[in-house]
Amino acid sequence: MVTFGWPEALFIFRAAGWTLLLTAIAFLIGGLMGGVLAILRLSRIKLLRRFAAGYILVIQSIPVLMVLFMSYYGLSLFGIELPPFLAASASLAIYVSAYLAEIWRGSIESVPFQQWEASASLAHSPAQTYRYVILPQAIRISLPPTVGFLVQLVKNTSIVSVVGFVELSRAGQLVNNATFQPFQIFTLVAAIYFAICFPLSRLSRHLEKVMNASRPH
Amino acid sequence: MRYQFQFEAVFAEADRILNGVLLTIGLSFGAIVLGLALAVLLVAAKSLFGRWVGMLVDAYVELMRNTPFLVQLFMMFFGLPLIGIRMSGTEAALLAMTLNLGAYATEIIRAGVDSIHRSQIEAGLSLAMTKRQVFQYVVLMPALARVWPALSSQFVLMLLASSICSFISVPELSGTAAIIEQNTFRSFETYIVVTLIYLALALSLKVSLLWLGRRIFPRLSSLDRLDAKAEAA
Repeated sequence: MVTFGWPEALFIFRAAGWTLLLTAIAFLIGGLMGGVLAILRLSRIKLLRRFAAGYILVIQSIPVLMVLFMSYYGLSLFGIELPPFLAASASLAIYVSAYLAEIWRGSIESVPFQQWEASASLAHSPAQTYRYVILPQAIRISLPPTVGFLVQLVKNTSIVSVVGFVELSRAGQLVNNATFQPFQIFTLVAAIYFAICFPLSRLSRHLEKVMNASRPH
Repeated sequence: MRYQFQFEAVFAEADRILNGVLLTIGLSFGAIVLGLALAVLLVAAKSLFGRWVGMLVDAYVELMRNTPFLVQLFMMFFGLPLIGIRMSGTEAALLAMTLNLGAYATEIIRAGVDSIHRSQIEAGLSLAMTKRQVFQYVVLMPALARVWPALSSQFVLMLLASSICSFISVPELSGTAAIIEQNTFRSFETYIVVTLIYLALALSLKVSLLWLGRRIFPRLSSLDRLDAKAEAA
C-alpha cells in the first residue's frame, strides 16, 4: 500500500497552483462581467436594470454546483465539448459576476449623490462622471468586501473537482483514495487553503478599518 | 444541432426528487437551528469568560471561515472514523453544516453584540443584574434583531452549500440529481429541474426568514428604525 509521503505532498502542492490559477481566471472574467452588470443594474433604462437584477437574483439563489453542471452538460448539448478546466472557469466566473456585481453596485450607490450632481454641474457626460468622479471613490469603498469575497472564491473552487478537474481538493481526494490516511491529507489540504485565505481575510479586515478611520464623521 | 428536450424521464423519478428535497430541507433546517444555538453559546462564552475562551472561539471561527466546506465535510466523513467516531453520510453532513454555519453566525452575532451601546450594558449592571443576565436580557435580542438580515443571507447560503453534501453520497437534492442522471442519461433536463427547485427553495427560505424576523423582533426592529431616524435628523 502507498503511504502518504513527499511525492504525494508534492502532488497536492502542485494542485494548489491550479486552485490559484482557477481563482485568478474566474476573478478576472467574473469581475469584468460583474462590472458591466453593476452598471446595468444602475442604468436609467428599466429593461437593463430588470435584466441585471434578475440575473443576479437567480445566480445568487442557486448552488454554484448547479451552475457548474448546467454549463458542463448544457453546452455539450450544443456540441461544444468543454474541457473541465474551461467549464470550471466559466461557471465560477458566472458565480463571481453575480456577487461582485452586487458588491460593486452597493459601493457605487454609497458614493454620496451630491457627487453625481456636482459632476453633472461640471457638464460631465455620464461616462465622464463614472470615470473621474464616481469610480475612484467607489473602488476605494469596494476594496474590503471585494477582497473578502476573494476568500469565498478560493474556497468555492474546491467544488469543480466534481467535473474531474484536479485542483487542491481533488488532489487530496485522489491521494486519500490511494493511501487511506485522511487525517494527514485533509489537514495538509485545509492548511494550504488556510494559508491562502487567512491573509486575505486579514487584509480585508485591515482595509475595512483603514476605510472607516478615514471617514470624516 | 437540434436537441430534443425530454423531461418525462426526469418527472418519472418524482418520488426520488421529493425525498431529496425533504432531506435538503431537513439538513438545512437542522443546521440552522443547531448552528444558531452553537453561535449564541459561543458569543456568550466570548463575552462572559476570559481572554482564553475568547481566543479559542476566534480560532474556531477563523479555521472554519478560511477553509472550504468541502474539506470540512471530508474531515468529518473520512477523518473522524479514524478516531472511532463513525457516522453515516447524512450525520457527517449535518455536523459539518452545523459547525460551518455556527462559525459564520458567531462572527455575525458578535458584530451585533458589539453594536449594542455601552450605556445599555451599564444600565443593566446598575440595576444589579449579573453579567449573564445583562447578556441574556439586554444584549442578546437587540443584537440578534440588528443582524437578522445578515444571518438570513447566511442561512440561505448554507441551504445552497448543502448541495456539496452529494460529494459524500448524501442523497439530498443534488445527490438525487446525480442518481437520476445516471438512470435516465438526461443530464441537462435533470439539472434544469433540480436547479429550479433550488431556486424555489432559496427564495422561499429568504421570504420566510424576512417574515419570521418581523414576527420575532417587531418592537425591536421598529425601535431600530426610530434610532435610524433620530440619527438621520
